[in-house]
Amino acid sequence: MSEPHPTSLAERLVARFGDTLAISTARNEITAELAAADLIAVATALRDEPAFRFSELIDLCGIDYLGYGQTEWDTRTVSGSGFSRGVEGQAQGRFNWAERPRDTNRPRRYAAVVQLLSIEHNRRLRLRVFCEDDSLPVVPSLTQLWPGVNWFEREAFDLYGIIFEGHPDLRRILTDYGFVGHPFRKDFPLIGNVEVRYDPELKRVIYEPVSIEPRVLVPRTIRDDVDLMQAKAEAADRWREN
Amino acid sequence: MAREIQNYTMNFGPQHPAAHGVLRLVLEMDGETIVRADPHVGLLHRGTEKLAESKPFNQSIGYMDRLDYVSMMCNEHAYVKAIETLLGIEAPERAQYIRTMFDEITRILNHLMWIGSSALDLGAMAVFLYAFREREELMDVYEAVSGARMHATYYRPGGVYRDLPDRMSKYRESPWHKGKDLKRVNSWREGSMLDFIDAFTADFPSKVDEYEDLLTTNRIWKQRTVGIGVVSPELAQQWSMTGPMLRGSGVEWDLRKKQPYAKYAEVDFDIPVGVNGDCYDRYLVRVEEMRQSNRIIRQCVNWLRANPGPVMVKNFKVAPPSRVEMKQDMEALIHHFKLFTEGYCVPAGETYSAVEAPKGEFGCYLVSDGANKPFRLHMRAPGFAHLSSMDAIVRGHMLADAVAMIGTYDLVFGDVDR
Repeated sequence: MSEPHPTSLAERLVARFGDTLAISTARNEITAELAAADLIAVATALRDEPAFRFSELIDLCGIDYLGYGQTEWDTRTVSGSGFSRGVEGQAQGRFNWAERPRDTNRPRRYAAVVQLLSIEHNRRLRLRVFCEDDSLPVVPSLTQLWPGVNWFEREAFDLYGIIFEGHPDLRRILTDYGFVGHPFRKDFPLIGNVEVRYDPELKRVIYEPVSIEPRVLVPRTIRDDVDLMQAKAEAADRWREN
Repeated sequence: MAREIQNYTMNFGPQHPAAHGVLRLVLEMDGETIVRADPHVGLLHRGTEKLAESKPFNQSIGYMDRLDYVSMMCNEHAYVKAIETLLGIEAPERAQYIRTMFDEITRILNHLMWIGSSALDLGAMAVFLYAFREREELMDVYEAVSGARMHATYYRPGGVYRDLPDRMSKYRESPWHKGKDLKRVNSWREGSMLDFIDAFTADFPSKVDEYEDLLTTNRIWKQRTVGIGVVSPELAQQWSMTGPMLRGSGVEWDLRKKQPYAKYAEVDFDIPVGVNGDCYDRYLVRVEEMRQSNRIIRQCVNWLRANPGPVMVKNFKVAPPSRVEMKQDMEALIHHFKLFTEGYCVPAGETYSAVEAPKGEFGCYLVSDGANKPFRLHMRAPGFAHLSSMDAIVRGHMLADAVAMIGTYDLVFGDVDR
């Protein structure tokens, strides 16, 4: 990708917005974290100012950071307790609604992540906005700036319960009519809460509590990058052999 | 006598043949004119993104095929590319050429499905039958390389599942294929898969001519598409449009050129763009894209013939060792066991990887916390963004134009609903 401006996009962002944005540039992708209160002003500038011109909002999605970095299998110390250590935990698919995790270690759970694209400058930018309040996650809506964000915000509302303030039509979009809960939250069970079947006596479709058991086959594990580096070194050796 | 006429609401789908699956469209009508359109989606929502969070990375590749089930390998490409970015690995050159070739085969598959079904929506039955004739040949290529006609799970982080086969399956004698006819249908299949693709691509432009003969100057087709569903370049950008929807409006934007991945920087092709941004221009763009894809495939075939080599990284933390190695080498056996029971851990971080899928930008936003399963996976589906503009575009159009518009969006509900 060519760089039409003398300075890189990250430098331009810092020069223009200063401390409003917390910028990281891992893997040649620019991520800017900002407060919900600044979102509209920053987004307007990003869309309209000639140095940025992010004319397209490519994507918006919600994230729930509950349980980030938690594992079910301790890989640092060797234990003799067998496989059972791998089936205890609170990760996806292990709990039903009554046993859902209520971890509140992380100060802010919900975030909305926006991917912007500048067709003019051929640049991408990711914005992340954390919601201040976990019990009522609110983010200002971007529908005034990019009408195409409408459904993406509806989706994030449906799946995560993030409320987009100023959205003209914040209805559920992907889940069933009359669905209860926000299914992509980390404390929503993978097996769900209800199941549907046709009742031949009542002659209609009925909802019942789920009858299946939560089950996970592969425990969630975090291993250090050391393994990967070692693998890289081994791969390099093997190439020499061949 | 003056009569008061009220708007009425009409329900379209989800069981309508022109709804391309399970679109439910609630239309507010003033006579034949649409006053408001409210698409209801989600009838095919399967929670792919949530399911992926509960599985090791590799086990979700197959789910990607089932998102946009008409452009299977392009979806896999976005997902696999995101994992590769986080792992910091790169597929061998041959694998990248194979991916480029199969992305383009997929594009032709998708556009054939599109041209057939949207022509069918607008009343042209024959194109559908012709398009499926060529689709069948390409499905056989999918099957030869992966064992599955549609849901291939062929791309893997670090390369592709296996190298291209050196023979193609042949038709057996049957009441439908015998004698001279059998010889004809098998004539392309005598050599390797690359020979077959070569023969296909030599023939395919004449097939595209056939579709064009049926449609491009067809009076009815033009009456139904010219000036219908006009999208200005500004409107297209406001509504997050990508792919042929954006190019049809004259914006020269193609990720294969602008942000090249795999081997698109090495192959020669052109980006067709429309002028008026109507359904007819988008049709022309897609037809030309088929010709350009054909061109790319030919270049890939030539390169692949000349350059044998590995198709998978030799990194046993990510890719399984060969069966032979497993039988002889303790380390290889352990690697195999760990890879298939636990998977691999992906370093913590996040990435957004996008590919130019046939329908537009198909993106994969992947967040890892260092575990063997994704922390969050979000698929950016082009159809979802396109369909959201339905209300803005079809207002004031006639009811029959809504059908033309649904066709031109190239909707597949596996992709819209995820």
